[in-house]
Amino acid sequence: MKPILVAVGLSALFATSTLSADRLTVDPARAEAAIKAAFRAAPPDWQSRLIPDDTLSECSGTDNSPSAAQFEAIRKREAAKVAYPDDGKLLGDWKKGERLAQSGYGMRFTDYPPRNPNGGNCYACHQLTRHEVSYGTIGPSLLGYGKARGTTPEAVKEVYEKIYNPHATFACSLMPRFGTNKVLTVEQTKDLVALLMDPASPVNE
Amino acid sequence: MLTRRGALFAAAVAALAWCGTSASERSSLRGQETDTERAIEHYRQMLKDDPWSNPGLLDVDRGETLWATPRGPKNVSLEACDLGKGPGKVEGAFAELPRYFADADQVMDLETRLLWCMEKLQGFNRADIIKRPHPGGGQPVKELGAIATWIAHQANGARFAAPSAHPKEKEAVALGQALFERRSGPFDFACTTCHAEPGKRIRLQGLPHLASPEEARKVIGEWPAYRVSSTHVMTMQHRLYDCYWQMRMPELEFGSEASVALIAYLVNKADGGEITAPAIKR
Repeated sequence: MKPILVAVGLSALFATSTLSADRLTVDPARAEAAIKAAFRAAPPDWQSRLIPDDTLSECSGTDNSPSAAQFEAIRKREAAKVAYPDDGKLLGDWKKGERLAQSGYGMRFTDYPPRNPNGGNCYACHQLTRHEVSYGTIGPSLLGYGKARGTTPEAVKEVYEKIYNPHATFACSLMPRFGTNKVLTVEQTKDLVALLMDPASPVNE
Repeated sequence: MLTRRGALFAAAVAALAWCGTSASERSSLRGQETDTERAIEHYRQMLKDDPWSNPGLLDVDRGETLWATPRGPKNVSLEACDLGKGPGKVEGAFAELPRYFADADQVMDLETRLLWCMEKLQGFNRADIIKRPHPGGGQPVKELGAIATWIAHQANGARFAAPSAHPKEKEAVALGQALFERRSGPFDFACTTCHAEPGKRIRLQGLPHLASPEEARKVIGEWPAYRVSSTHVMTMQHRLYDCYWQMRMPELEFGSEASVALIAYLVNKADGGEITAPAIKR
């Protein structure tokens, strides 16, 4: 009932809103069966890609707007999935980080067998430096990110966690869980932390 | 045609280079963003200004010929194919798809219906066609896609009015919405990751907010579209397949229920939007 009330409320607030209280819903099992059938030719080791975990199911089911209680539960669950380097060092090489931020390579069905390391493709969604004008706007601009926050251990740890698993900070973030989902390695994540936080990085010029 | 395309590419490169060189002279980043978007819009307008610069029209002609040519094991044409307005009735049919077809007892989009007709009327093997249904970069759109391009073009100027009275048509739209919002895969992406807000971009590519009728009406009727970056016509089934590729999902099966449901959802959002296919895309 609550989501419907929220939808009606929003529709009243914004005349252009497309939310509709009389929206038809489908049985979740129906959607899962349709996905399974649509990707039935996928190799066995790809089948896991079809199955959302609890966090994704909750995010999809709430259009990425979880309730306050869900938000905290997701945050806690995902924070437990962050792994840190053994030596505790979280800052890598910003130059390698910049290359990762530019690369969208990896994990598409035409990327096998892998010819390059996976990229982070940060520029697809974020502005990072003044030198790269081809950047996306799905995520916030990260220009001057480290300069604004300083390089305290807390600030560095926070960035590492945001890249490794953004839901640990902000439940139902649109950003991939690069570390938890094994898209990027711990070393690669450190290089991206350096790109954002190192005072010598073009991000902080 | 090639000269024309060369000129368009040069214009695009010049437009983008202009953004790059002048970036440092700009005082504010907000200004830079606006200029970038203006330059891209200028490029798009140049593509639209001369409709005969559209190589997709070659596939419209090819599709028209293919429709009327006896083909397949049964050596018959597709002229008895019922696209929803009666056998052989092509004009405007695209505007009323996807729809429920009693003979197949399912909702079908244009391409799925053509696949059905090629199988039932012409005797083609469905599995053979859906094995590699989309062209690689630089290759022309496949035969089914060319026919779809012609049929969509035959509805140009019409407005989307897909029927929604049948329970299965309603269900397809609802299923499409659920799939549109459903996140999975190693990048945790859903269609809504990119298409849930207005005014967003990936790199420099603008992203339509497809849950908004206003924006859906502007873009859904452009497909099948000629894609400059891959130099071929890309159909809507191919467009979705390409989205799932980018989402790090497996290969979307051509004509699958999920693919039809997503198209039903998008066309439902675009209801009343004008058909302008094949448009030219980046």
